[in-house]
Amino acid sequence: MTHDFSQEITGDRESQNQQGNTWRQYFSFNTDHKVIGVQYMVMTFIFFLIGGLLAMLIRAELLTPESNLVDRPLYNGLFTMHGTIMIFLWIIPFNAGLSNYLVPLMIGARDMSFPLLNAISFWILPPAGLLLLSSFFLPNGTAQAGWWSYPPVSLQVPGDQFINGEFIWIVSLVLIGISSIMGAVNFVTTIFWMRAPGMTFFRMPVFVWSVFSAQLLQLVNLPALTAALILLLLDLSFGTQFFKPDANGDPIIYQHLFWFYSHPAVYIMALPAFGIFAEILPAFSRNPLFGYRSVAIATLGIAFISIFVWVHHMFTSATPGWMRMTFMATSMLVAIPTGIKAFAWTATIWRSKLHLETPMLFAMGGAAMFIFGGVTGVMLAATPFDIHVNNTYFVVGHFHYIVFNTITMAIFAAIYYWFPKITGRMYAEGWGKLHFWLTFIPANITFFSMHPLGLQGMLRRVSSYDPQYQGWNIIASLASFLLGASTLPFIANIVGSWLYGPRAVDNPWHATGLEWTTSSPPPRDNFEEIPTVTRPPYDYGNPKYSVIVNSDNSE
Amino acid sequence: MFSVFEYVLIAFYVAVLLVVSRWIGQQAFSWMPPQATAEAQRVDDLFSFLVSIGAFIFLGLIGVIVYAIAFHRAPPEDYTEGHPSRGDARLEILWTATPTLLVVWIAFQSFNIYQQLNILGLNQIVHLHTPLESAPAYAANISDVPKPASETIDVFVKQWDWSFRYPNNVTSNQLHLPIARATRLNLQAQDVIHGFYVPEFRLKQDIIPGRKIDIVLTPIRAGKYRLKDSQFSGTYFALMETDVYVESLDRYNQWLTQTATSEQTPVNQAVAENIQPPKTLFNSGWYTVTPAQPEVANKRKLNNDT
Ligand code: HEM
Ligand SMILES: [Cu+2]
Ligand SMILES: [Cu+2]
Repeated sequence: MTHDFSQEITGDRESQNQQGNTWRQYFSFNTDHKVIGVQYMVMTFIFFLIGGLLAMLIRAELLTPESNLVDRPLYNGLFTMHGTIMIFLWIIPFNAGLSNYLVPLMIGARDMSFPLLNAISFWILPPAGLLLLSSFFLPNGTAQAGWWSYPPVSLQVPGDQFINGEFIWIVSLVLIGISSIMGAVNFVTTIFWMRAPGMTFFRMPVFVWSVFSAQLLQLVNLPALTAALILLLLDLSFGTQFFKPDANGDPIIYQHLFWFYSHPAVYIMALPAFGIFAEILPAFSRNPLFGYRSVAIATLGIAFISIFVWVHHMFTSATPGWMRMTFMATSMLVAIPTGIKAFAWTATIWRSKLHLETPMLFAMGGAAMFIFGGVTGVMLAATPFDIHVNNTYFVVGHFHYIVFNTITMAIFAAIYYWFPKITGRMYAEGWGKLHFWLTFIPANITFFSMHPLGLQGMLRRVSSYDPQYQGWNIIASLASFLLGASTLPFIANIVGSWLYGPRAVDNPWHATGLEWTTSSPPPRDNFEEIPTVTRPPYDYGNPKYSVIVNSDNSE
Repeated sequence: MFSVFEYVLIAFYVAVLLVVSRWIGQQAFSWMPPQATAEAQRVDDLFSFLVSIGAFIFLGLIGVIVYAIAFHRAPPEDYTEGHPSRGDARLEILWTATPTLLVVWIAFQSFNIYQQLNILGLNQIVHLHTPLESAPAYAANISDVPKPASETIDVFVKQWDWSFRYPNNVTSNQLHLPIARATRLNLQAQDVIHGFYVPEFRLKQDIIPGRKIDIVLTPIRAGKYRLKDSQFSGTYFALMETDVYVESLDRYNQWLTQTATSEQTPVNQAVAENIQPPKTLFNSGWYTVTPAQPEVANKRKLNNDT
């Protein structure tokens, strides 16, 4: 039914099919989940580049102890925008795009349940992102209170200006939140109701499990952030006093509301990355995913536990001892399902037949670095230790091991892995490997260096620092410039291969999974005929995937 | 699933790992700043323990991955299966039990050490008279009641200035602490949230305007340290630092009497920079909150008393 409705809006599906893959469709209001997926991914990558440039400016300022590149308000604006863009306009919406592209293909559906809603959720984002960026041009600049935007600092704006950076920041974030909620409704409905015959829950690929879990978290937790933002906006611009301590408000309530969403947000970002590992590691080691059922259940388990851990971000706020200890315990529980996953990936690789193509390099690199980030994460859950390193560069190092070395690496793995499916062309392997090494090595140098800095007490968000910290800062900054440069071979490869790469076969990796049974790129309705699923997922022992003859349908 | 030879290999690997990770755990002490409080020693013990366990897990898993990369590469066109197993109930139970036990162990250690710190006393929310009366009763054994202290110093913070009031009513911008005595700091913020943090003390506590928060610490190592603001507090956040002196009781008392008689001329970096900004390549000229002059602060402090 929803399909019919969207037809009226976007015109005849057949004619859309015939226009085929012209680039124009990517700039139009299109309801095909595959087009929307690509729109998300390309747009968010542009924001990734912007966020990365801001990060390089931050690192350039931190080359020397003194404040000498950007003045202090600008520095504060830079890290606020960097964090905001990277989270809300890179990783979360990129995952939405990738999931958009893959989920219907993976569960054997023709589209998402609400294609029109899907297109609307995407089209909210470009204006919201542009709005956020436009605040750079306000006389008093962008928001400067960090992506947490804790009051009362976030309420300190020039008194005579109604439209200020903080105001714009809140409005864009509320818009992005609305888009996410629409997306979440769509994903959960699609995965629940649109699975092909035979696609039981325990035949779903782990990627689908992880999207399902992540999007459930959006539904449960995002309203808390929206509430916090709206109350903050009222305080900021309409004279209310929810969070103002000098008027009997309570700034700590904001922190609870904020982290009630923003901790699970970590898993909204990370679960799809784990899903990507679970697809790629088996395909390139020719094994079924070891312990598939445990991994699937662990995915839901992580999502569930992560609803109850938010106070670990507030161990040093006015948090009483009983609360510190309770949330220390819940936070550590997350290590159990995450441990199950990490062990399962390792066991899948163990004694297998490894093919180290680019997607596998990124997936293995990302999974390995997640183990490092996970270990420091458990350390941070230990309250007495967290009290020492909280708000220092140790935390910045830890979460960049997660958001960059794990999630962004997983995203690159996914781009290379599904590139042939999405574009119908192959990328250049040599360039891919070059990109991997140029990313993996500098990323580790950059973000490792932050750990000793934090242990020694260098605080995050400082625009100048004591000279004793300079050594590791120089290392981190230089490596981060190299990391910035590493995106160039990637862009060259992707753009060049999309235009001129050799035609891809339907299933270049001999992978299992429904998305590989249709043509590359898939037709408008995904499948000639809706498939019936009779096999378990990751059926790699099956000779079907060992000796497969790919039909080259493109010429 | 394994041959005898492989069991021997695995046992050997685990043994090496145990030795190596314990060694790394010992190194961890040297990654930290000097231990200037009794509390710091406890925290470092915990850190060393966490590093040992972390190294064991990290190196263990990475070792397996590296082993696979070294010995289990497939010939390019070989897409036959790697190993046939989808799962192994015993192995799955083992690796569910392992993190569970580790986590229980880590949580237990952390809880013990937290007990020993016994640092934080929250005079709960000041103006929200919520029925919190019942809370301390069952929370008492998780250190909501701070240990007794022999000194009490008031700490007043505002953007971007630290000041301290000592028992004899002396106020200063330096924090002086007598060595080997438990000192209570009454933390009070005037404008936004700030944070009390001296890396060598390992302790950190946010200072929330509208709430009275105590922290009790026992310095054990004489010397000069830097007190930093640990919670982002606006434009000049990075400049909100001041000196901390840990000294013998005699010298501490001497300093107190000396300061009581001499005139103080506080220097505040934020004020200085607001008047004379440093040269930067890019100048945005965006809005900054003007830091309050220290004199104004003194007046406010008097108001706070009443
Ligand atoms: C591309 C390489 C990256 C570099 C070199 C980099 C560098 C930095 C640095 C130096 C800071 C500290 C700023 C400060 O606290 O003063 C920071 C903060 C942050 N970064 Fe990144 N980053 C990178 C990528 C990412 C990615 C992919 C994410 C994805 C979520 C991300 C999210 C954040 C967040 C949330 C903050 C905290 C901002 C705040 O304190 O308000 N970064 N980054
Ligand atoms: Cu968290
Ligand atoms: Cu401060």
